[in-house]
Amino acid sequence: MTLDRRSFLKLVGAGAGAAGAAGLPMIGRAAELMPKGAKRVVVVGGGYGGTIAAKYIRMMDKSIEVVLIERNDHFVSCPFSNLYIGGIIKDLTPLTIKFDKLATNHGVKIVQAEVTGIDPAGKVVTTDKGTVSYDRLVLSPGIDFRLGEIKGYDAAAMEIMPHAWKAGPQTVLLRKQLEAMKDGGTMVMTVPLSPYRCPPGPYERASMVAHYLKKSKPKSKLVVLDANPDITSKGGLFKKGWKDNYEGIIDYRPAKKVTEVEPGKMTVLIEGLEDVKGDVINVIPPQRAGQIAVAAGLVGDDKNWCPVNPTTFESTKQANIHVIGDACVAGAMPKSGYSANSEAKICATNIVALMNGKETTEMSGINTCYSYITDKEAVSVAAVYKVAEGKIIAVPNSGGVSPADFSAAKMEAIYAESWLKNILTEMST
Amino acid sequence: MMMKWKRWALATGVLAVSAMAQAAPPSAAMLSNACAGCHGTNGGSAGPSMPSLASQSKEAIVEAMKKFKSGERPSSVMGRLAKGYSDADFAAMGEFFSKQKLHATTQVVDAAKVKKGASLQESNCGRCHLEDGREGKDDSPVMASQWLPYLQIQMEQYLSGKRKMPEKMKEKVDPLSKDDIDALLHFYASVK
Repeated sequence: MTLDRRSFLKLVGAGAGAAGAAGLPMIGRAAELMPKGAKRVVVVGGGYGGTIAAKYIRMMDKSIEVVLIERNDHFVSCPFSNLYIGGIIKDLTPLTIKFDKLATNHGVKIVQAEVTGIDPAGKVVTTDKGTVSYDRLVLSPGIDFRLGEIKGYDAAAMEIMPHAWKAGPQTVLLRKQLEAMKDGGTMVMTVPLSPYRCPPGPYERASMVAHYLKKSKPKSKLVVLDANPDITSKGGLFKKGWKDNYEGIIDYRPAKKVTEVEPGKMTVLIEGLEDVKGDVINVIPPQRAGQIAVAAGLVGDDKNWCPVNPTTFESTKQANIHVIGDACVAGAMPKSGYSANSEAKICATNIVALMNGKETTEMSGINTCYSYITDKEAVSVAAVYKVAEGKIIAVPNSGGVSPADFSAAKMEAIYAESWLKNILTEMST
Repeated sequence: MMMKWKRWALATGVLAVSAMAQAAPPSAAMLSNACAGCHGTNGGSAGPSMPSLASQSKEAIVEAMKKFKSGERPSSVMGRLAKGYSDADFAAMGEFFSKQKLHATTQVVDAAKVKKGASLQESNCGRCHLEDGREGKDDSPVMASQWLPYLQIQMEQYLSGKRKMPEKMKEKVDPLSKDDIDALLHFYASVK
């Protein structure tokens, strides 16, 4: 690493706050990875939110240095991963993006590292590779699991009863288990109480699993144990889709909250009252904001999600830290990939304004989300969002779900494919 | 002095809470960026069933959005989304996308059909779809480089009557054969 004189002096002058990068290691402090220039935004998380925030800040203001920190060298999309579990798409390649073009096209600095801590007062992110200072920080950490709420569901249990709620190896594991299941077997899926990542996701997964069972293992069943009193999203559409296509395959049981698992017995327990056995068990645990946001003291009274200013997405708990995507509380906007994309642009716009001493701009956001019912039919929900009285609301008399008669379902399956292509291209180019 | 203080406070986030009250109404970019998840950054689409909005005229965008909103133009999500915006919002979006440069695509097209389409387009479509479809007269859309599947879906909707053809277009399309129309779509998809 080369340092110009000014940043060298700054490093030295900063004393204990910043150490090491110029060959001045200090015991107990990680080395600073890259000296900060005049204006820097650090973005943590290379998913639906983080990639877009990083790119759009650079598109709007090239004088702001943007560092994107992500633990992996790639990102796998959760949207469409249910189609892989259902065997409709054969590998995860179309769902996988890299970050190199964000660097070459926009000058985003990509750092592959694990964030281990945030110092909001010192404005420093600590990673396993060293520290990175920021003027403003964007966290798009996604979700982590509230494992304490399901007794017995630990790291080892996840390898036996995968969650597959973060796309990647877990997705592949669940697919393998489903393929290996005998015809006549039972798969059990558990759904946590709302809010969780991707409200219609569990029901799309049920549809995709049932599609596979109907085609390849017709004597098999899928039991859905839903902690919620009813289907959380697109309820009427899923119910019709299941009745028309998967009668006798999907056994949907609402208000069944799984509180304990016994991986050795392949059993899940419902509030100590009832136990259900499965040959394949997919546990989708209760969720909260990614651990790094929790550790940084960004979660609200519910201890799970991060409250933010609806215009800037700046945390209401810590100044200069913005939280976007599944981890934040964005009023009426659901925890979806498209919401994260939209929130990232709103956040980027207003970070650029704030860092240039300009007036902020009220948000206008969109969510568009497709769910597959069969391999050739999909349904959607769409909405436009604005701020009213300090809260993000869906614009009245707009938005909504697909026609109840499935008249658009074949077209929507085609549109959904382009949705994926466009949103992943936007994140990676 | 006041201004300086305000700028400093904004820059440092001291005004974070009151910034909300001071925020300007959504700008053209704020409104339009939200569309890019499905239509590509700055309206340059990578998805074969989604149109590029980049370089469409303001009039074309406003007309399309109004027709989605009223239901005159069939859609899946577009009608539901259009209901969330005002005419002024449509104008702002139109302004934004009209300023973006044409999104050139590279797609598989049939060379013979492109050639045939090229010979048909000037006399049949060229009065409204100007410059080989790179520009549109009034509210006529830019056709150049749109994805072939998108063009085929729209033409299918026109021919089946689901989407209403403008009178002038109908006069020209009615006498054309299926092969002629197919050739024209291949031609427009090929123009960069």
